Amino acid sequence: MIDIKNELEEEGVYLIKVSGEVDASSSIFLDQSIGEAVEKYDKILIDCEKIEYISSAGLGVFMSYINELEEKKIGLVLYGLSDKVLHVFQILGLDKLLKLVDTKSEAKEFLNGISL
Amino acid sequence: MEYRFKVPCNKKKLVEIRDFINKVLEDFGIPEIEKNSMVLAVDEVCANLMIHSHNCNPDESLELTVKTFKDKIIFEIIDRGIGFNIGEYQEPSIYDIIREKKKGGIGLMLVRRIMDEVKFEQGAHQNVYRLTKKCSC
Repeated sequence: MIDIKNELEEEGVYLIKVSGEVDASSSIFLDQSIGEAVEKYDKILIDCEKIEYISSAGLGVFMSYINELEEKKIGLVLYGLSDKVLHVFQILGLDKLLKLVDTKSEAKEFLNGISL
Repeated sequence: MEYRFKVPCNKKKLVEIRDFINKVLEDFGIPEIEKNSMVLAVDEVCANLMIHSHNCNPDESLELTVKTFKDKIIFEIIDRGIGFNIGEYQEPSIYDIIREKKKGGIGLMLVRRIMDEVKFEQGAHQNVYRLTKKCSC
């Protein structure tokens, strides 16, 4: 079961809040949400605090946007991953290919600090 | 000890597989991160089989067996679909997957890094995907 909420924050930052389990059955909803966001915004936050589980299907969604983020100069930061969810990113070294931080304020600081 | 679970090839049932594995492992004092990794590896193999060997046909099923020993846990996933030799699977490069903007292709990479042994056995009537994890249970 996955729940995704999107909202536009101040300073043109788009926030995607993901809750629940991101697996082969539910990752399509995450993909749709990020796909819509990268069409319209160049600063995207992903709130991962309430992600309880992620499988390769969820990792694959994030990986599939890495090139597009670079091509379109879009900043995307994930924050608030639990230790077990972070570990899944670390198994294949995806924590080095995506921007992952602990808190929302760190994520915003990063987005506001980069020149897009 | 041996635990069994049978599930139809429907991706929405993956959560039930994870619940089953979590429940089996909960009394062994395995750290949360390690337990989640084992659940993930079984989930990945089951998702792959459901999608690629069974076309998500809910009339077909997977059988799971978990065998616990003092020094290891063996997870067996048994099906009657098209066999896939998981042990001989050639891994793509993660950078190729990123360049090609693929959303899949890393599930079995995770399985191999999590488990200590990944084996495939094809019998006359069934395939067995055997994942072994060493641990002090």
